[in-house]
Amino acid sequence: MSQSTPQPIASPVEADTPPRKSRSALFVQGAIWGFVVLELIFFSVAGRFLSVSDTAFLDLDNMLLLLKQSAPIGIIALGMTIIMINGNIDLSVGATFALSAIVLLDSMTWPFMAAMGDWAIPLAWLFALGTGVVLGAINGLIVWKTGVDAFIVTLGSMLGYRGLVFMYNGEQPTSHLNWTLVDFAEAQFLGLHTATWFLLGTVLVLWLVMTRTVHGRNAYAIGNNREAAVNAGIRVGPHFLINFMLIGFLAALSAVVFYSESGSVNPNDGMLYELWAITAVVLGGTKLSGGYGSIISTLGGVIAIQLLRKGLGYIGADTETVNLVIGLILIAVLFLDRQLNRKGSEELKI
Amino acid sequence: MTALTKAGIGGLLARQGILVAFVVFMIVFAIANPRFIDIDNVSGVIRSSAILGVMALGVTFVVIGGNLDLSVGSMMSFSTIVVLDLHDTLGPTLAIPAMFALTLCLGAFIGFLVGYLRLNSLIVTLGMLSAIHGLTLMWSGGQNMDIADKWGTWFGFFGRGSIAGVPVPILMFALAAVVLSLVLSKTPFGRKVYAVGGNGTAATFSGVPRARVVFMTYIISAACVATAGLMQASRSLGSQNTVGQGMELEVLAAVILGGASLLGGSGTIFKTVIGVLILGFIQNGLLLIGLEFYVQYVVTWVIIILAVWLDVAAKRSRLWSPIA
Repeated sequence: MSQSTPQPIASPVEADTPPRKSRSALFVQGAIWGFVVLELIFFSVAGRFLSVSDTAFLDLDNMLLLLKQSAPIGIIALGMTIIMINGNIDLSVGATFALSAIVLLDSMTWPFMAAMGDWAIPLAWLFALGTGVVLGAINGLIVWKTGVDAFIVTLGSMLGYRGLVFMYNGEQPTSHLNWTLVDFAEAQFLGLHTATWFLLGTVLVLWLVMTRTVHGRNAYAIGNNREAAVNAGIRVGPHFLINFMLIGFLAALSAVVFYSESGSVNPNDGMLYELWAITAVVLGGTKLSGGYGSIISTLGGVIAIQLLRKGLGYIGADTETVNLVIGLILIAVLFLDRQLNRKGSEELKI
Repeated sequence: MTALTKAGIGGLLARQGILVAFVVFMIVFAIANPRFIDIDNVSGVIRSSAILGVMALGVTFVVIGGNLDLSVGSMMSFSTIVVLDLHDTLGPTLAIPAMFALTLCLGAFIGFLVGYLRLNSLIVTLGMLSAIHGLTLMWSGGQNMDIADKWGTWFGFFGRGSIAGVPVPILMFALAAVVLSLVLSKTPFGRKVYAVGGNGTAATFSGVPRARVVFMTYIISAACVATAGLMQASRSLGSQNTVGQGMELEVLAAVILGGASLLGGSGTIFKTVIGVLILGFIQNGLLLIGLEFYVQYVVTWVIIILAVWLDVAAKRSRLWSPIA
C-alpha cells in the first residue's frame, strides 16, 4: 500500500519503550518482585508459628521444587506475554497443551518409533512441538486472514482443539512411560531440575526476542498503536502469525516438559491453563490492551502465584483459600495499577 | 443481476445469517434422521439447554453493555452448592431466596468493580472466577453436596417437574427470555445498555448513568446465574463443586454465535436464544447420527468462526481482512 515510505522509520516503539521508563513504569516492573520478596518474608515468619512441617519455608530444596512446579504454566505464560503485548489473547493454549502431550506420548508407541529405541525420544518431541506450532499457526492464520478478534478465534479453537484431543483417543487416558525420558525429566543439572532449565531457557530466549530483535520491537509497536504501526510500514499479519506459532510451540514445550515425567495424559488435562497463564501475565504488569509488558515481570508473576500456592499450603491454609486469595490479589493489582498509573488525561469519572 | 441477488443474499445472511443457518441445519438433520424433530427429542434438547440458556441471557446484557463475564461458571457452582446446603438447614422455602441474595451480592461486587471503579471486566471476572471457586470450596469443605431426603421434597420441581406436559426448565427459560427481551427492547434501561456498550463516552455526555447501567447488567447476570443454579440443583438434587466449571466460555460461545459483538452495543435476546439452541441441537444431532459427543466441539469451533467471520465480512463488505 505504501511503497513510498522512506527507509528509516521512527517506529513508535522508539519513543515508547526504553526512554519512557517513568517512575511508575519502573515501580510496576519492580513491583512484582517486591511482592515475591514480601511473600517469602511473610511465609517464612508466619511458617514459624503456623507450620506443621519442620523444615523452613526458605529451604533450598523447597525453592528448587517451586521453580520446577512453576515451569508448565510459566512457559505458557511467557508466550502469553508476547501475545498480549501484541494486543491479542490466546484462550486455546490449554487444549494445545493437551493435544501436544497426547502426540508426544502416543507417537512413541508407533511401530517404527518403537523400533528406534531411545532415538524415538527426540523424534517424539519434534512431533509434539510440531503439533503445537501447527495449531498456533491455524489460530494465527485465522486471526490474520479473517480479521476476527483473537479472543473469539481462540475461544472457538479452545473448543475445537479440545474436541480433537477427545477424538484422538476417546475418553481414555493416553499413557506411555519411557524410563530414559523419565530419568531425563527428573535429572538435576547444577542443582536445577530439567523443567527449571527449560523455563529459564525460555525466559532468556524470549527476553532476547522481545528486547533485541526487530520482531520484538514491532510486536510492541503493533500492540501499542496498530494504525501507527501499519502507517510505519510494519506488516501486522505476519507478526501475528509468528507470535501465535510461538505460543503454540511454547504450549507444546510445556507439555513436553511436564509429560516426559508423568507419562499419562487425560483428555481433560490443561483445562483452565489459559486462565492461569493470563493471571500470571497480568500480575506481572502486562497490559491487556497491548503495547506494554515484559518477559521478566511475567516470570515474577508466575513465581508469585506458585509461592502463594505453596506458602498457603505451608502455613496450613486449606487449598480452597488459594483460589480465593489469588482471585482477590488479581483484582487488587488491577486496582492499584490503575490508581498508580492514572494520568491527567483520564476518562471522565462519574 | 448476479450482483443484485448476491447483495440481497449477502444482506439477508448478514442480518439473519444465524437464523438461516439454524433452519438449514435443522432441515438437513431432520432429513438425515426423522427422529431429530420428534417432539420428545426437541423438548429434551431444549430442556437440557435451558440451564446454559438462562445464563446466556444474563451474559447477553453484560456483553451488549460492552463488558465480559467470565465468572458465571463458578458463580453457578456457588449458587448450586449454596442452595443445596441451605435446603437441608433452612428448608427449601428459605433456601431459595437466601441463595439468590448471596449470588446477587457477588454480582453486585463485580458490578461495583467494573461499573463504578471502571476496572477491566475481563480481568475482574477472571479473578472472580477463581475467587468464587474458592468460596464454593470453602462453603462445601470440598465435599459433594447432597440433599438428604431426595424423595420427600418439592424442591425437584424446578428441574424435574412439568406443567401441562411442558417441563418446568423450558418454561423458566422461556419466561426469562421473554421478560429480559422486553426489558432490553422496550424499556429506557434497555436502550441505555445499548448506548453504554455502543459508545460509552457519548452515552455519558448524553446523561446516561454509565456506571449504574453497567452495575445493573451484572446484577441481571447474577440473577440469571442464580436461576440456572436453582435449576441445576433441583434437577440433580446433589452436586459437585465444579458443576459449572468451563461453562463461562460455552455461554460466551452461545452469545457470540447469536451475533452479539464483544465490542458491545449489539445483540439481542432472541439471537442469543437461537445461539443456545444451535449449540444444543448440534450436540443432539451429532449424537443421533452416531457420533461421539466431543465431535460437537469441533463443529462448534467451525461454526463460531464462520458465523463471526461472515458477520465482520458483511460489515466491511469484503471477505478477507485488510490486515497486511
